[in-house]
Amino acid sequence: MNINKLSWRNITSSPLNTFLSLLLMTFGVGIISLLLLLNNQIKDQLNNNLRGIDMVVGAKGSPLQLILSSVYHVDNPTGNIPYLETLKLEKNPLVDLTVPLSYGDSYNGFRIVGTTKQYLKLYNTDLQEGKIWKNSMEVVVGSTVAKVNDLKLGDKFYGTHGLSDGGHIHDNFSYVVVGILNQSNSIIDNLVLTNLESVWQVHDPQEHDCSSHDHHHHDHYHPYEITDQTMITAMLVKFKSPVGLIQLPRKINETTNLQAAVPTFEINRLTNLFGFGVQTINSIALIIIIVSGFSIFISLYNSLKRRRYELALIRVHGASRWQLVRLVILEGFILSVLGTIFGLLISRVALYIIPIFIKSTSIGNLSVGLINEELILIPISIIIGLLASLIPTIMAYNINIPKTLSDA
Amino acid sequence: MLKSNSIQFTYDGEKKFKFPDLNINSGESLLVLGESGVGKTTFIQILAGLLKPSSGSLELNSINYSSLSSKKIDEFRGKNIGMIFQNPHFVRNISIIENLLLSLHLSNQKLDKEYAEDILSQIGLVEKMNNLPDELSQGEQQRAAIALAVIKNPDLILADEPTSSLDDTNCQKIISLLKEQSASKNAKLIIITHDNRLKSQFKKSIIL
Repeated sequence: MNINKLSWRNITSSPLNTFLSLLLMTFGVGIISLLLLLNNQIKDQLNNNLRGIDMVVGAKGSPLQLILSSVYHVDNPTGNIPYLETLKLEKNPLVDLTVPLSYGDSYNGFRIVGTTKQYLKLYNTDLQEGKIWKNSMEVVVGSTVAKVNDLKLGDKFYGTHGLSDGGHIHDNFSYVVVGILNQSNSIIDNLVLTNLESVWQVHDPQEHDCSSHDHHHHDHYHPYEITDQTMITAMLVKFKSPVGLIQLPRKINETTNLQAAVPTFEINRLTNLFGFGVQTINSIALIIIIVSGFSIFISLYNSLKRRRYELALIRVHGASRWQLVRLVILEGFILSVLGTIFGLLISRVALYIIPIFIKSTSIGNLSVGLINEELILIPISIIIGLLASLIPTIMAYNINIPKTLSDA
Repeated sequence: MLKSNSIQFTYDGEKKFKFPDLNINSGESLLVLGESGVGKTTFIQILAGLLKPSSGSLELNSINYSSLSSKKIDEFRGKNIGMIFQNPHFVRNISIIENLLLSLHLSNQKLDKEYAEDILSQIGLVEKMNNLPDELSQGEQQRAAIALAVIKNPDLILADEPTSSLDDTNCQKIISLLKEQSASKNAKLIIITHDNRLKSQFKKSIIL
């Protein structure tokens, strides 16, 4: 039996007080940590999918919507733009790379995106099996798409018009899976990729008419004729130098019918928007931690008042003032450390459980390690625990032994 | 040898106590009788080094109390002086035997569990050693308090009203135990009380 063990015994001897203090500390730390992790996760996810895309060109509308729909594939597209016009952009000397995207259909909720092979290069993704599309109506599917729908090479499926289930099914054109991509933990895992012509063909009114007469039409492919009427949804652009970022978006917005949006600007705007909400919840959680500090303080204070004679007795047995200080401060320290550890654990458990409930496939690999902001959270909550035991500690240090013994 | 010389103590500059001089050898015991208000508790706290006398000198085994710093006197008391109070008090959250072991730890002695059990069996409490203090009867608690006072082999055992809340049977038991234990440790025993039942039990007594 020594001071450390006695501290621990004092904690375990009042389970309800201990439970309350721990519960509050765990919740406070848990909520903050969960928000920090989610915030981190979302920012990572946002940046991870950006892949150096400097600018997105699409139809006029909300720039944020354009970015969300073309880069993150979460919102509806703003409209269509003439393909030929976007091709002019490719020739601009400031432009390094352009990736046209044409989308609007989906398969079981996963978006079908017509694009070029550049898109795969942008996301640096390799094939797990099969090959990249060569002809129209051949698709390469992301790893999540393949897993969820149990798709294998050679499988055929129809696209649904619109981005959610329940739209018109384009049942006259079936896609065939020719390749499955490796998992990349980016948005590409959730996409069905094909060439631009496939999307054009499916939506071409003439093709529609033809197909009603000739059901075998889509079995033989011919080069699609690109006209002024040929539309795409958006074009991703990478610049050669930052000069492009200064000149091109403004130029496009002022002189053409197209809209140019800069992802980093829009994402900053977005994170600032939800950053405010996160900050509010963080402040509430910090208050919970402080309340837990009060709870630790009150339970220590009460138990010390009850045990004053005990402290005097320990001093009579030969304990020094500092041993009493250690006895009391250890209680606050152990409670706050345990509360912090439980809080950090609970936030991680929650992070694993939440995606199961909201059935989200977009939260990628979760990291169990501590993130930087948590390294600040840990000392904050432990210091609050120590502050809570400060007054009881001073009480213990200054205890008047003869008086306490005579009063009892 | 415990030696005190013209000790006086003043509370708030008004109440003034003068205490008799003491000369006690190892193995001897002394009964100090006195009514309430004559400074019994003050005297015992001075003897324990918990209070500093306003004047006079006090030494145990040739060590003068006033030569010790407050930190040293805590250590000194922990090692050399065992105390028994009117109402027995323990660390409530740990068992009787753990209380004994804590006392050994605080006086920097070896944590010898067999030795602690031995003391408890001498005072007839070995079957209660794993109980919490609150689970013992008052008589048992007072006996356990004796074990707590003697476990670290003190030179001086100070008992403040150890029997005043006990019935005659328990009183008798406690006094024999106290005498037995202090004799076996060859310690000096001082009992301060207003309990006249004890008068006949001690050869040496003084009145405050």
